[in-house]
Amino acid sequence: MNRHRSLYISIAVVIIGSIYILRLFQIQVLDDSYKNTAERISLRKQTIYPQRGLIFDREHKLVVFNEPVYDLMVSVPIRLGGIDTNSFCGVLGIDRPEFDTRLAKAKKSSYRGKAVFMKNVSNRLYARMQERLYEFKGLFFEIRRDRNYKYNSSAHVLGYLGEVSKNELGTQEDDYYEQGDYVGKKGIERYYEDELRGMKGEKYFYVDIHGVNKGSYKEGKLDIEAIDGHNLGLSIDIDLQQYGESLLNNKMGSIVAIEPNTGEVLALISSPFYNPANFNIQNRGSYYNRAIQDPTKPIFNRAVSAPYPPGSTFKPIMALVGLEDGAITPATHFGCPGYFRLGRRTIKCHPHPFSTSLERSIASSCNTYYCNTFKNMMQFDKYANTEEAYLSWRTYLESFGLGNKLGVDISSEVRGWLKEPSFYDKMHGKGRWSYANIISLSFGQGELGLTPIQIANLAACIANRGYYYTPHVVRQIENIDEIPEEFRTKHYTKVSAKNFDPVIAGMLAVTQSGTGAGVAIKGINIGGKTGTVQNPHGKNHSAYMAFAPVEDPKIAIAVVVEEAGYGATWAAPIAHLMIEHYLQADSVTESSKMYLETRLKEANLIPLKYRSQRDTSLYGN
Amino acid sequence: METRSRIDILSLFLYFAIAIIGIASVYSATYEDGSMTLLDGRSGKQIMWFGASLFVGIIIFILNANFFEVFSWYFYVPLMLLLVVVLFIGADINGARSWIKIGSFSIQPSEFAKYGAAFAVSSVLSSIDFSFNKRMDVIKLFAVIAFPAILIIVQGDTGSALVFASFILVFYREGLSPLLLVLGIVAIFIFVLTLVIGFSYFAITALVLFLVFTAFTYTNKKMLIPSLSIMAVVVLFSLSVQFLFDNVLQKHQQKRIQVTLNLIEDNQGAGYNVNQSKIAIGSGGLAGKGFLNGSHTKGNFIPEQTTDFIFCTIGEEGGWLLSSLTITLFMLFILRLLYLASRAKKKFKRIFILSLASIFFFHLLINVGMTIGLMPVIGIPLPLISYGGSSILAFGIFIFTALKMDASRDEDLTSES
Repeated sequence: MNRHRSLYISIAVVIIGSIYILRLFQIQVLDDSYKNTAERISLRKQTIYPQRGLIFDREHKLVVFNEPVYDLMVSVPIRLGGIDTNSFCGVLGIDRPEFDTRLAKAKKSSYRGKAVFMKNVSNRLYARMQERLYEFKGLFFEIRRDRNYKYNSSAHVLGYLGEVSKNELGTQEDDYYEQGDYVGKKGIERYYEDELRGMKGEKYFYVDIHGVNKGSYKEGKLDIEAIDGHNLGLSIDIDLQQYGESLLNNKMGSIVAIEPNTGEVLALISSPFYNPANFNIQNRGSYYNRAIQDPTKPIFNRAVSAPYPPGSTFKPIMALVGLEDGAITPATHFGCPGYFRLGRRTIKCHPHPFSTSLERSIASSCNTYYCNTFKNMMQFDKYANTEEAYLSWRTYLESFGLGNKLGVDISSEVRGWLKEPSFYDKMHGKGRWSYANIISLSFGQGELGLTPIQIANLAACIANRGYYYTPHVVRQIENIDEIPEEFRTKHYTKVSAKNFDPVIAGMLAVTQSGTGAGVAIKGINIGGKTGTVQNPHGKNHSAYMAFAPVEDPKIAIAVVVEEAGYGATWAAPIAHLMIEHYLQADSVTESSKMYLETRLKEANLIPLKYRSQRDTSLYGN
Repeated sequence: METRSRIDILSLFLYFAIAIIGIASVYSATYEDGSMTLLDGRSGKQIMWFGASLFVGIIIFILNANFFEVFSWYFYVPLMLLLVVVLFIGADINGARSWIKIGSFSIQPSEFAKYGAAFAVSSVLSSIDFSFNKRMDVIKLFAVIAFPAILIIVQGDTGSALVFASFILVFYREGLSPLLLVLGIVAIFIFVLTLVIGFSYFAITALVLFLVFTAFTYTNKKMLIPSLSIMAVVVLFSLSVQFLFDNVLQKHQQKRIQVTLNLIEDNQGAGYNVNQSKIAIGSGGLAGKGFLNGSHTKGNFIPEQTTDFIFCTIGEEGGWLLSSLTITLFMLFILRLLYLASRAKKKFKRIFILSLASIFFFHLLINVGMTIGLMPVIGIPLPLISYGGSSILAFGIFIFTALKMDASRDEDLTSES
């Protein structure tokens, strides 16, 4: 009997052994989920961040470069092996409760097996931690690249980087970005994001329970090298830009200078400005709120985002449209008694000789001349009614790049204001408005808003006698032969070249014997037009538009200084100094130039109401 | 008459085959980089302990086989004394006081206690007037294994104590009524069912079954009393299981059992080891990730990687092929031992070899079962594979003693049964 029992025991051994072998077959061969789980647990992907493209100026001076940022990361699930919490906190300079809070936060925000323990660790701390990192298993550094700047300049052109937002993550098409990645948020950093960013690389490796690297996966066969971004060459002349910034210091306003025959922007300044280094990833946290609260709006890029009524700088365009449309001829004279009568109302003009030619109307900025021109056009019998005349007028202006975004390569551009007829229909009733209701448009006031870059572009159109290239601040993308096509396409205005001559003559007269003659620069023929823009909220805005040299224009420029007064007092001399600086004409006598420069640089034209609330530290460091 | 004294070659081959898998696994589980050789660290120590086993094995083979039978109590008593001593001078490791430190070595007396118990069991069972029908004999038999088991429980090493249950298989082979085994299995069944469905449902089910049974047999009045009492015992047992589980077992023990029965999932807590262990083994696939290439093994995701969970390394790096080969080697070894037992001519030798086979089987059943989630986590080593000097040496001595007994079988003239 007992011998049978031996057999039973043997059978039991075989049965149990077989069950185990089958069970092993099930979990090892049939079921794939364990394989996937194992890889999820022990396989890590490390992102290799490429060098973001560098940015150079017109003369190939380095403007923007990269600087490493160190994020202290923790492996998730968190198993800090044998970590001496006290000594760890000591190195980091945090206390125990903060350590616990950070760890708890990391636990919640983990993503793909890791989480940020401490962001933007300083270089010094990084070096100190690096030496002792082997003691703190489960913690490691991730290195990303922040921006830094050679010049405290051009902040609005360059823009800044920021962490990719939830919205951006959700709408991206190529699934390139991951949470925590940096992406261009403003300026050319945003517009040229695709060119600048390069391609991230990937490295796969095994980690142990503490997240420590235990060797590469499949000998690195799946690893991808990072590709650095393209370097950009700006059309901005950093020297001219800085000069313009010094002139606009302590003022609210903008300067935009364009090379007329290419559309390349030579300088683009919005003031008040800020130090771009204060807005990089590491520093923006401490400056952003202060910048937001500053009533002078230092982040706001006035050059492309602020529509101003152009005031009298609009008159050359009015003349061009009038000539092309036939409302006036080069020989048209209008008498100006010092006002333009409109029923019982009068539109005031400045003192100047009674009989006014086209040329003198520009030189002495006669309101009456343009009221008459506009009246002629609006009442022209070739148009069925005012609406049709207005639409024609508007179409001319659109061909100069007004009323729509120009399409510049800087973010936040606005279209300005150039109303549709329906606007006036709503205001006055359909067919119930005439030139009298919109007469202020004729001298650049009323429902009209042009950004400084649009005004500068008008100057470029006149300098070119009838065409423009969309203004752009990048003229070279390394390893890509050409800049985007939209910047290489000529846009023609609807005004023919011959009609520009009398207007240009008028603009030349401005700087020789007209409103801008006081700040003329000997040796350079500048075509200019002053503007004093009525401002219901305070002092008039000082505006100026110019190009030079008249014979062979190299620079077209617009200057707006808010709440400063006459165009001839501030905007015109600033523009002339810019032109002189750029053309290196050296024709202003040293002493008078010194005097002019000093006067402009030192003038504080920030309205008194804002001065106490300004945060000048934004520009510092 | 010529007496042959030849060691069983197949057993020896299986012993070395398993030992080599063990050394390689321990080496791989501790491997860090290329500068570490087989002789460094734990694998080096493991080899040393195998060397020590062989040395003791040679001494065993020099001795006269009858020495063991005559002096069987001289093995049991000192080893039991060691179990007592460890309670007083032992070092606490992982919450258990089962180690005696001698210089740089630590000895775990509970590993050797199995060897001693085998002598005592063999001695008691093979005594001429022993009978399973005599209550005192049975009590004596169970006392011999209960004594070390209780001492080891007191040390705090329940797993090692459970191993002594494997002697019941020996008793069964030697004539213990199978009722005890059957009752044991039924008890486990009730235990599991109670925990899975809860006592109340279990009691209701038992009651319904009893009523149905009674309805079918209502004509036979004689059946009523026995079936009623069986039901009462079953329900009472279930109630006590629930009570013991809730009130006597510690939280971590409750959880281990619940995890094994799939009643709770706790992959970060009580179920962590088993979950990681299954992942490591499961990710090995058919042929494994290759020697020294186990990412889970290398990553130290599994606690007790070189000792209780060494089978993970085999499963991960050797895949199904190596893990089933390992189990097959164990099976062959156990079957071979059973065969050696059956050809022994002396009862003492037969029972001793049988004890070794049972203990080996129990270790395999529990250890591999827990790594693949079929058994609760009970911390006992995989013989000859898990790292640990006491285990390697104790099993080595045990095996060589058994092989010596087999080798000298021709000296025994009569066949007892």
